[in-house]
Amino acid sequence: METLIFVIIGLVAAPLLGGLIAGLDRRLTAWFQSRQGPPIMQAFYDVGKLFGKEKMVVNQWQILCAWVYLIAAAVSVALFFAQGDLLLVFFVQAIGAVFLVMGAMSVKSPFSQVGAQRELIQILAYEPILILVFVGFYMVTGSFSIHAVWAQDTPLLAKMPLLYLALGYALTIKLRKSPFDFSTSHHGHQELVKGVLTEYSGPYLGLIEIAHWYETILVLSLCALFWHTNVAWMALLLVATYMLEILVDNTMARMTWRWMLKRVWLLGMGIAVVNLIWLYAG
Amino acid sequence: MFGSFIKKSRAKSPWIMHFDCGSCNGCDIEVLACLTPLYDVERFGIINVGNPKHADVLLVTGTVNHRNKKVLKNIYDQMPEPKAVIAIGACGNTGGIFREAYNVVGGVDKVIPVDVYVPGCPAKPEAIIDGVVAGLAKFAQKVEEA
Repeated sequence: METLIFVIIGLVAAPLLGGLIAGLDRRLTAWFQSRQGPPIMQAFYDVGKLFGKEKMVVNQWQILCAWVYLIAAAVSVALFFAQGDLLLVFFVQAIGAVFLVMGAMSVKSPFSQVGAQRELIQILAYEPILILVFVGFYMVTGSFSIHAVWAQDTPLLAKMPLLYLALGYALTIKLRKSPFDFSTSHHGHQELVKGVLTEYSGPYLGLIEIAHWYETILVLSLCALFWHTNVAWMALLLVATYMLEILVDNTMARMTWRWMLKRVWLLGMGIAVVNLIWLYAG
Repeated sequence: MFGSFIKKSRAKSPWIMHFDCGSCNGCDIEVLACLTPLYDVERFGIINVGNPKHADVLLVTGTVNHRNKKVLKNIYDQMPEPKAVIAIGACGNTGGIFREAYNVVGGVDKVIPVDVYVPGCPAKPEAIIDGVVAGLAKFAQKVEEA
């Protein structure tokens, strides 16, 4: 019963929180650029408007793919809040990510095609990091279940600091922030028009936006697990992490996929493996 | 409740697509100036998108000629309803000083329906923002009637 309540809270609160974070993000970015920026509720207005637009699709696949992406993102958040298995959360999330790419590949537009290829490379970069972080959880708690984390009496950050840094790469990629925003950017303009999202429009783009909020919350919840002992410190850790993301986004240029693979695979996976060796030896 | 939220959202989230239909670049620079910190149109939720499939408002600068009238029509057709068109500058409105040239079709309204005309050579950023706001009011009215 308690699990069910948690799942419902997760499913309802995650998109609301995700949209609010997106609004705050734009507000802060505007502040960095000495602008006023949009209202904090802007992300909800955008999605509300998208749902009121004409349904325009190139083929039926796009409809299916947008829905599967949303459902997979929602289910992975639900599984997370049900304190389920981290590996299951990971696989469900990966299915959604792949469907987004499939929808973009089902159309002929070169922008959409190149965006989809780049999105695949991004998935290839962040998924191994997520797996290594889950392996870290397993080595500390002895289980892939989120339940086991709560049984720990010290924050996991003390044992997995390098894995947390590596997770920062995955977070930046998932949030579509610079320097990793080459498949599509969360800003209006990008060299591939809108990359992987170019051919999704109207209500289907709205669905993808909501799925994106779910995924943002999923990765942030994963970050929250690193300081589960104290809610205040957990909040501080999340706020500090997100502020750092916004700072990085505003100070970095968009880089190429080769640069990303080098950084994320060598540096990101490198420090993750070092942390795992440390956990194994310690 | 959901329906009224969608209606309210329309006016609060106009995504703009800017098409240079053979302009001298004067009006285009003014359109882009609207995005700078000085005018900051993102205050109104306006985003300059590069994709007609995501756009709500089409800003057109410059005269239409026989070469690019098809492109203009194509971009207009790719935008999902509801949508608004704003013609910017003397050339966009009427053809401007190029009106009588042999290769010029005329203003934007010769090819697609225009909701708001923003005059000026070049149009001022303030006038462009005013035009977009007026366009949104018209477009809310259109949605209401449909």
